Amino acid sequence: MERIYLDHAATTAMDHEVVQAMMPYFTQASGNASSLHSFGREAKHALDSARQTIADALNAQTDEIIFTSGGTESNNFALKGIGKGHIITSSIEHPSILKTCRYLNDHGCDVTYLPVDADGMVDPGDVESAINSDTKLISVMHANNEIGTIQPVDEIGAIARDNGIPFHTDAVQSFGKTEIDLQKMNIDILSLSSHKIYGPKGIGALYIRRGVKIDPLMHGGEHEKGRRAGTENIPGIVGFAKAASLAIERFSSDREHLIKLRDMLIDGAMNAIDDVFLNGHPVKRLPNNANLRFKFVEGESLLLHLDMKGVAVSTGSACSSASLEPSHVLLALGLAPEDIHGSIRFTLGRENTEEEIRYVLDVLPEMIDKLRAISPLTGR
Amino acid sequence: MEYSEKVMDHFTNPRNVGEIQDADGVGTAGNPVCGDMTHIHIKVSDGRITDIKFKTFGCGAAIATASMTTELALGKTLEEGLAISRNNVADALDGLPPVKLHCSNLAADALHAAIEDYLSTSESDTPYITTHQQTE
Repeated sequence: MERIYLDHAATTAMDHEVVQAMMPYFTQASGNASSLHSFGREAKHALDSARQTIADALNAQTDEIIFTSGGTESNNFALKGIGKGHIITSSIEHPSILKTCRYLNDHGCDVTYLPVDADGMVDPGDVESAINSDTKLISVMHANNEIGTIQPVDEIGAIARDNGIPFHTDAVQSFGKTEIDLQKMNIDILSLSSHKIYGPKGIGALYIRRGVKIDPLMHGGEHEKGRRAGTENIPGIVGFAKAASLAIERFSSDREHLIKLRDMLIDGAMNAIDDVFLNGHPVKRLPNNANLRFKFVEGESLLLHLDMKGVAVSTGSACSSASLEPSHVLLALGLAPEDIHGSIRFTLGRENTEEEIRYVLDVLPEMIDKLRAISPLTGR
Repeated sequence: MEYSEKVMDHFTNPRNVGEIQDADGVGTAGNPVCGDMTHIHIKVSDGRITDIKFKTFGCGAAIATASMTTELALGKTLEEGLAISRNNVADALDGLPPVKLHCSNLAADALHAAIEDYLSTSESDTPYITTHQQTE
């Protein structure tokens, strides 16, 4: 059976060019970038060149890029490193922000969690009114991982700038898919991850604007100019840089391709099936995210039916999560719990084809019919 | 998390789906807010469950346990029906993932509720039940 991967927001398979770029750094040029011998110098050269690539991709300076183990570490780094005080964030952040905020709250920080509207948008006016004399950081994600809504980060950044407060954004889902302009958006700190853009897992970066002070999370050696201790993951860093340069190179063609497939999926599902709704903002959304709500069915059941047909998706249903809690993002939209249980996230990737989307649209109506036929909620 | 072959079989081809228009007993367990809800309808004749149908809104485990519960209960006496426990259902399905054992294994409760509904509405005063046992 052909398998169709529509869960790219979870992770992506590595691009072959990325794997090829990494290979020499596993076996041949495998030195420690801190060593003075030729092996070490090779590693240091690869590290410098990768840092330049990431800096260029963001239109940043090389000394503003710190490599980390991924998005989770970058988010922890930004929040824990800012120092004690008040933090403003949104209620739909990734758990690596929300649980870090909860931890900081237990350790003496105040946190304001801003609500979102029914499309998942933060109101910049709410950011402004939440600011107090003790506010140390504003952290609002660029694009949401579940519903794909893109936040008005330029407006939020402007408010932060006017009030002299650093602005952090989690750009793990948006990098490579929608434009990031650090200057125009007034972004001071930004989290990136490699494995969402066809790079290796276990590597990411934190951009910290010159002059913004963030204490280290990892203490130890003098790696990353003393700002992140630990021997650099050179193959990972090289792979991340390759993936980032491919993302920049293919930015426009990827976007066009993804938007076409996404809209084909959303329109196709809504045309073929009754009582289907789109979660998230209809326009300000990631090009690869289609989060659909199928009334009267439960998401895990639909996920299983799709999986039996080789189609991989994810769901906001409590029943498929280890915590048995429904999605905090869908709850924040104000959806009824039974509608949250029936929400499915399709996230598309560069390698998906129109034929694959047609196949999904072919098999989907029958599955929904079958599940609705046994559902007591339909009243049929 | 992985389901057994039996769970996937009952999930894919659920037995005894539907409702009974002139049911003798109707029972519900769970609610859509927590993500799982099962309705069970039964017909009773001479103290035996002669027909049983279910409807479920829920995950794979919820659908499979409801289907298996109807199979276990069909043809049984009311007493035997009340003795069917959540554990019996899970065992008959070759087990459930630990996270599903509690929240998605509600059909036995719906079955008991349907039997009790029959007993409370039938004029005879539980002639077929000698011990009224409460199953978990």
